[in-house]
Amino acid sequence: MGLLSDPNRRRALISLLTRLNAPICVVCYMAGVAWFMGLAFEPFTLRTYMSENAMGSTMVEERFPAGERALATGREFSAHKKKVGGMPVDWLVKTMQARGLEVFTQRFSRTLPFPDENKERYLVKGTNVYGILRAPRAPRTEALVLSAPCTPGDNNNQAVGLLLGLAQYFRNQVYWAKDIIFLVNEHDLIGMQAWLEGYHHTNTTGMDWSPLQGRGGSIQAALSLELSSDVITSLDLVLEGLNGQLPNLDLANLFYAFCQKIGVLCTIQGKLQRNDWDSVSGYSHSVQTMMLMVMKQASGRPWGDHGLFLRYHIEAATIKGINSFRQYKSDTTTIGRLLEGMYRKLNNLLERLHQSYFFYLMPSLSHFVSIGYYMPVIDYILLLICALDLWVQLATPPPRTEDGVADTEQMSSPGVLSVLTPLVISHLTGVEVAVEHFPVSETEAVVLTAIAIYTAGLALPHNTHRLLSGEGTEQGWKVLKLVAVLYLAVLLGCTALINFSLGFILALTLVPVAAFVTPHVPKILSAFILVILSPACTLLFSVFFFQELQEMPVSFIDGWMLFLSVISQGILDHSLYGSLVYPLIALLVYPCWLLFWNILFWK
Amino acid sequence: MAITMPLSSIIHKQPQKQRDKWPSNDFQEELVIRPLHSGDIYASFQFRTLWETDFMRGNKVSHYRLFPKSLGQVISKFSVRELHISFTQGYWRTMQWGQPFLPSPPGAELWVWFQDSVTDVDGTWKELTNVLSGIFCASLNFIDSTNTVQPSASFKPLGIGNVTDHSFLRYATLPREIVCTENLTPWKKLLPCGSKAGLAVLLKSEKLFHSSFHSQAVHIRPVCQDWQCKTTSWELRQTLNVVFDLHTPGQGKREWSLFKMFSRTLTEACPLASSSKIYIDITDNPQGEQFEVSPATPLLSQAMVLGDRRTFSVYDLTQQITFGTVRSLNLLIRWKSSEDMLRPLLHGERYVAGYGLQTGEIHTLMYNNHPYRSFPVLLLDSVPWYLRLYIHTLTVASKGKDNKPSYIHYQPSKDRVRPHLLEMLVQLPPNSVTEVTVQFERALLKWTEYTPDPNHGFYVGSSVISSLVPSIVAMDTNSTREQPLFSSFFPCKEESSYFVRVYTEPLLVNLPTPDFSMPYNVICLTCTVVAVGYGSLYNLLTRSFQIDEPSPGLAKRIANIIRKMRGVPPL
Repeated sequence: MGLLSDPNRRRALISLLTRLNAPICVVCYMAGVAWFMGLAFEPFTLRTYMSENAMGSTMVEERFPAGERALATGREFSAHKKKVGGMPVDWLVKTMQARGLEVFTQRFSRTLPFPDENKERYLVKGTNVYGILRAPRAPRTEALVLSAPCTPGDNNNQAVGLLLGLAQYFRNQVYWAKDIIFLVNEHDLIGMQAWLEGYHHTNTTGMDWSPLQGRGGSIQAALSLELSSDVITSLDLVLEGLNGQLPNLDLANLFYAFCQKIGVLCTIQGKLQRNDWDSVSGYSHSVQTMMLMVMKQASGRPWGDHGLFLRYHIEAATIKGINSFRQYKSDTTTIGRLLEGMYRKLNNLLERLHQSYFFYLMPSLSHFVSIGYYMPVIDYILLLICALDLWVQLATPPPRTEDGVADTEQMSSPGVLSVLTPLVISHLTGVEVAVEHFPVSETEAVVLTAIAIYTAGLALPHNTHRLLSGEGTEQGWKVLKLVAVLYLAVLLGCTALINFSLGFILALTLVPVAAFVTPHVPKILSAFILVILSPACTLLFSVFFFQELQEMPVSFIDGWMLFLSVISQGILDHSLYGSLVYPLIALLVYPCWLLFWNILFWK
Repeated sequence: MAITMPLSSIIHKQPQKQRDKWPSNDFQEELVIRPLHSGDIYASFQFRTLWETDFMRGNKVSHYRLFPKSLGQVISKFSVRELHISFTQGYWRTMQWGQPFLPSPPGAELWVWFQDSVTDVDGTWKELTNVLSGIFCASLNFIDSTNTVQPSASFKPLGIGNVTDHSFLRYATLPREIVCTENLTPWKKLLPCGSKAGLAVLLKSEKLFHSSFHSQAVHIRPVCQDWQCKTTSWELRQTLNVVFDLHTPGQGKREWSLFKMFSRTLTEACPLASSSKIYIDITDNPQGEQFEVSPATPLLSQAMVLGDRRTFSVYDLTQQITFGTVRSLNLLIRWKSSEDMLRPLLHGERYVAGYGLQTGEIHTLMYNNHPYRSFPVLLLDSVPWYLRLYIHTLTVASKGKDNKPSYIHYQPSKDRVRPHLLEMLVQLPPNSVTEVTVQFERALLKWTEYTPDPNHGFYVGSSVISSLVPSIVAMDTNSTREQPLFSSFFPCKEESSYFVRVYTEPLLVNLPTPDFSMPYNVICLTCTVVAVGYGSLYNLLTRSFQIDEPSPGLAKRIANIIRKMRGVPPL
């Protein structure tokens, strides 16, 4: 600290920093990206391990025998589903009752703000059916949930069949200490949202639901099952939930441990684990897996029915059965045994899952990167030396006067208005994008309106200047840029704390913009780069990149259509489930980017 | 008050020969088996000891015969008027099983009326709970002022006595108490025959704790000796209720027998008992179409239970003929068909609404399933202090309309001293659900106040709903007639209604919990950051630095003074 309190040395240090500002910025940015890429390298990551003692040491023996019967039930369910043309409520109620459960139903309805073209729904009406297995001598204070969505068409019948089979088997066991709720939800996420809101008696999204009649106390953990074939080659674990929330890592560990024990292939992001971490292809495989997780998490959408549980502090994951062209297949009995084992271990829990990490990235199912390892990435990228540079530049011009600080304030005080105006106007544009223009009942119209307003925002600098009297000064843009840079740093820092992936992707594209933009760079080229690095284009590239990672590349036209549907999904997710990504982008990130756009066209 | 407990007057039969020897002692035992609609089996044991004595008079009672000495000493030492204690594992499923003969909340419940001669009620209560804790091998010593309340209306004395000053009443529940064999053994030891003879031989813990519901209780109260109520006697009732699950045995054969339930058969009555009977509820099965009982018995009995006239097959264990030629009784029930859920007239539910760890809302639902009669209920809520109730958010609504309680007694909590107590009298309209909601804030505890498993959550005891429910048939208020024990616990004054108490589920609430593995790291990190990083940075930012000339030496100063005198600018 003596270095800084000595004015001479301090001045030398500052001049060094300002002189080397650009290289330092570049090096930090590179270091951040390199660190991130290093996270996927296996020797740098930790192996997963079970932290929860209650689940670690106790051995359970899986004995579920009735896979074939479960499949038969699934077929029966499918027949009834076809006959009724939707959820066979009566049949489910009767079947669950016959298995000795307490059965209840919940009706719900929801009108979407505009028609959802992906799933072809607008007015949604449905019924959830759930049965509660009451644990003997338990006071109804704790519960576990097993859910399977009832999807239209031929999907997921096996999941419902297995759910009913497990219900029957579980009912005859004596060791349960927590109630187990078997839930079949209609209209996937909407039904799940209705059920969860009903269970917790909240209403965050304006849905109509009938109150629940039976409850099992506080839910400790939940699994959602998706299974569409009689045999499977592997099980995929889906963790990403609403707003990028993740369940406790112990839930993933539990799944992995049982897959190992029972001998089922397990994947995450649909990618098998590879052992050749030291080869280039092995490394790129784990980078791809991690990037997929980052993209999914950044989207802020629930990637399975489990995603909505996380808001209620219920650890949840979706298990998907995948049937590909591999030789080795597992049958339903095996999956049943796996679920039995997982539920018995969850049943042993004395406390909620809390021992392990809540913030992590997974380059493979057996390795993870904890928050302590990935946070430096964002720190490096956000190390905005240029803010310091600007501050110094603003402070130094009148070096002759006695106290520079007071003088700078006087200098910049006329600039307050010139800074405030673009700030306010940018945010108003953001509000304009965020406000849902829903008199139009077409998805495309909504999306295109949003894009149009977004693009119209680009014309703002001219209007801003018309509002301002007089010319913008050199001081003016520097103050504005200083404000914008600090704003961006705070914004991205906070975002990264809540949803690291989103913060990282935004930082990756916005930080270069923030670093280089001044009114003195070549206008047309810079404008082009600025547009390329704007949030909307980032989203467009992400769509292509995501498809590429999933090994399903799309043509530009398809990609564009996908881009439009992603925007509409984002708006829908916001209004249906309360996802925060769309408002965040529209209300905060986009206005922040507009500030830089303003600086570029500063006159 | 709408609900008041009238004087109890329970008369018992005393065989002539016993009266001559020990006029004041009597012991009865009884087992009721009720096949439930859900297919489960409900077995309820009641053991009653009556003793005509007065603990409160100056002379010390020292000669005990049937009455357990440990409890007698407790009564006299602590001047107890009434004592009710129950240990329950599991939740009584009213919707499947109907009303129990004797309700109890999950965990432990203790309520005591003290004699009005007691001056320091709180101190006596504290001592009493510790003594009982020892007697029953339970954690009753965790009862302290933070979970004790004085209900003003919900718990009236069940025995004789006109005391209504609730300052002599203490009520506490421990919803987390786990009941097991260690509590059963001391309970069994209080019986005159122990578990050696009579119905108590069936009480084998490996079977009793292999059930859906288990509850054991001890009730002590003064009752009238005869209908004129000239003399009083002390009644000790020990009850044990257990529900066996239909599905658990798993063979799919719906068949029950004493041996299957208890892994024992009966061979004799307790020799000290004046009456020893088994009742089987066959009301729903008049023609034997639902289930079949063997061996059959010609003895039938009718009793008013919970507003309904029930018919029972009776097996008198004091008669040798009951045991037949094999000299053992193994009742067998074979199911033929099953029925749907029944709708109990009064039913309660409770849950915590909302998410996040800052606030929440407690919802209590009370169902009146009577088609045309409305009736008042008393709701008692005792909520620990760490849930800070916002009492201004209290709403009571039935059928979507505001339902104003006619009586509210609210005692706010004091942090770390006493819990919230909320009692209210609400009229339940016919065929309706009444919802009571109140919001709360979750307190942040001091770090030593957390339990060893803070992430499990904190328990809030059951709320108690007490009511006089309109009965379907006229209740028998003629208390002089001999009744089975199970139908005679709650005193009954009116013919048209009967007393019911319903307990809701306890709640498990998560409080904001620090990560206990972190304090060391956090303390180290924050200290470092604050001291080194932030401190010096702040120092640098708020201070302005100037280059200060080093102070001139002595020679230079003198030179300057000289120069000043000469009028020359200083060096």
